[in-house]
Amino acid sequence: MAQGTPESDRSLTLTRRQFVGAVTTTAGLATTGGSASATEDGVPVSLTVNGKHHAVVVDARTSLLDLLREDLQLTGTHKGCDQGACGACTVLLDGRRINSCLTLAVMHDGAELTTIEGLAEGGELHPLQRAFIDTDAFQCGYCTAGQIMSGVGCIREGHCGSGTEIREWMSGNICRCGAYQNIVAAVQQAAKES
Amino acid sequence: MYPFTFIKAPTESAALAAGAQGGKYIAGGTTLVDLMRETVERPGKVVDITALPYREIESGPSALRVGALVRMADLAAHPVVRSRFPVISQALELSASAQLRNMATIGGNIMQRPRCLYFRDVTAACNRRAPGTGCAAIGGENRGHAVLGTSDQCVATHPSDLAVALVALDAVVLLRSRDGDRRIPVAEFIRRPGTTPDKEHDLRPGELIVGIEVPGGAHTARSGYLKVRDRQSYEFALASAAVALDIRDGVIRDARVAVGGVATVPWRLSDVERLLIGKAPGAELWAAASAHAADGAKPLHGNGFKVELAKRTVERQLASIGGAA
Ligand SMILES: Cc1cc2nc3c(=O)[nH]c(=O)nc-3n(C[C@H](O)[C@H](O)[C@H](O)COP(=O)(O)OP(=O)(O)OC[C@H]3O[C@@H](n4cnc5c(N)ncnc54)[C@H](O)[C@@H]3O)c2cc1C
Ligand code: FES
Ligand code: FES
Repeated sequence: MAQGTPESDRSLTLTRRQFVGAVTTTAGLATTGGSASATEDGVPVSLTVNGKHHAVVVDARTSLLDLLREDLQLTGTHKGCDQGACGACTVLLDGRRINSCLTLAVMHDGAELTTIEGLAEGGELHPLQRAFIDTDAFQCGYCTAGQIMSGVGCIREGHCGSGTEIREWMSGNICRCGAYQNIVAAVQQAAKES
Repeated sequence: MYPFTFIKAPTESAALAAGAQGGKYIAGGTTLVDLMRETVERPGKVVDITALPYREIESGPSALRVGALVRMADLAAHPVVRSRFPVISQALELSASAQLRNMATIGGNIMQRPRCLYFRDVTAACNRRAPGTGCAAIGGENRGHAVLGTSDQCVATHPSDLAVALVALDAVVLLRSRDGDRRIPVAEFIRRPGTTPDKEHDLRPGELIVGIEVPGGAHTARSGYLKVRDRQSYEFALASAAVALDIRDGVIRDARVAVGGVATVPWRLSDVERLLIGKAPGAELWAAASAHAADGAKPLHGNGFKVELAKRTVERQLASIGGAA
């Protein structure tokens, strides 16, 4: 699917709406009765992602994470737990790091988001992206986008005074491969450069 | 997740009107979205209150007033809170993760729901989620559950760290509905399970939390929070202690002690406080007073260790705030 021109967004959204509508009908609205209007009609949301404006219509249940991955096809932001417990879905919302899985897309009309796809500038990797490569801060790479976005937030907040401080303030990002040692080194390196 | 109608409330009156019609308020979403996805919560109408103006932190001469929509991260980092209410900053910064603290609000924090696995699993028996179905935790996996304030209906631990600090400091919840305003101590606002574990708090239908108010004093400046857990960070408490002491001329004038992670509600230790007030601080006093930190505990088969852990957590925190000498 083409990446995010407003037009392709709309057609994509329509497909998704029809899909969700079908699922809801088969599920027969199991218990909730008449409160399905948001599902059937969708809610318009317009937001800026990595400097680019998007206007979409989403099912009210869509998380910010699913909006990015499914509606905008920005699949760099990963889904680990979908419960706020791993940090793989970390993005910057109006400049601050958050878990995109635990918030509804419809709550962010007018918001500005930065995802891993938006960190590099003019073909140059962000210093923290470079530091991750330099220090070999990943193995499978599943957690990496979340680690880097969280690290950018951590550096901005000024919580990189020591390895211990970085460990505490990066604790919202789990790495099942256990690359922590090098992740801390990468954040430390980028923090020094900034 | 079940379908719902989404309403963005532009004003307080719009929010109160939607709430009065059965709408469920959403702030940071870190509890509600999670539980809606698990189908534990199934609201037909979700009312986004984040446009409301409850974002101020006001520090007056006698009290701290915090708007319900202030983010956990922002309250923790506030310079007056750090210096005059360190127990609040510490309880917050030992909670959840940096990302979650950037999202979650103070109102939502004291309203957060238990982390009991059976509560979160809609196929399990749980009187809190589905009254009358029983409590799977009592005969099941209950290492993380409460030893204080339990009933034969529910033994879920209250998960909030902030609420432990607030109860220790006699904080008050500020409420608003179309019928007017109310003020209720946090300690009364959050309810023990008793025979109605589904009634977790004293919020009336459609009522909004506007903020909290925390009285300040010499004791709040000398305060702190200790949290003991299975891993060093990003984990709920096995036991925690909020301690605030006013010590002048070698005598404890005021003492506030509450524990978390071991009780169904934030648990104030008035007996321990009475043993401290009027005495000279010191290691022997900390040991004698903290020996009563788990009085009345009823351990389950999996969590007996919490009785001793609660006492030691209180003892260590008394020593760290009051001085070990
Ligand atoms: C992985 C993970 C780890 C966590 N670890 C910790 C921890 O260690 N310690 C800790 O204390 N907490 C922890 N939490 C819980 C977290 O602090 C809460 O989820 C958060 O504080 C809830 O705030 P919110 O604004 O996101 O609430 P929401 O999810 O928006 O709302 C929660 C509830 O409060 C109600 N509500 C919200 N605001 C108002 C208002 N103003 N008036 C009336 N009702 C309102 C909502 O209707 C809803 O029922 C953790 C959460 C997660 C997901
Ligand atoms: S996917 Fe959001 S925290 Fe794990
Ligand atoms: S590199 Fe594999 S999970 Fe972190």
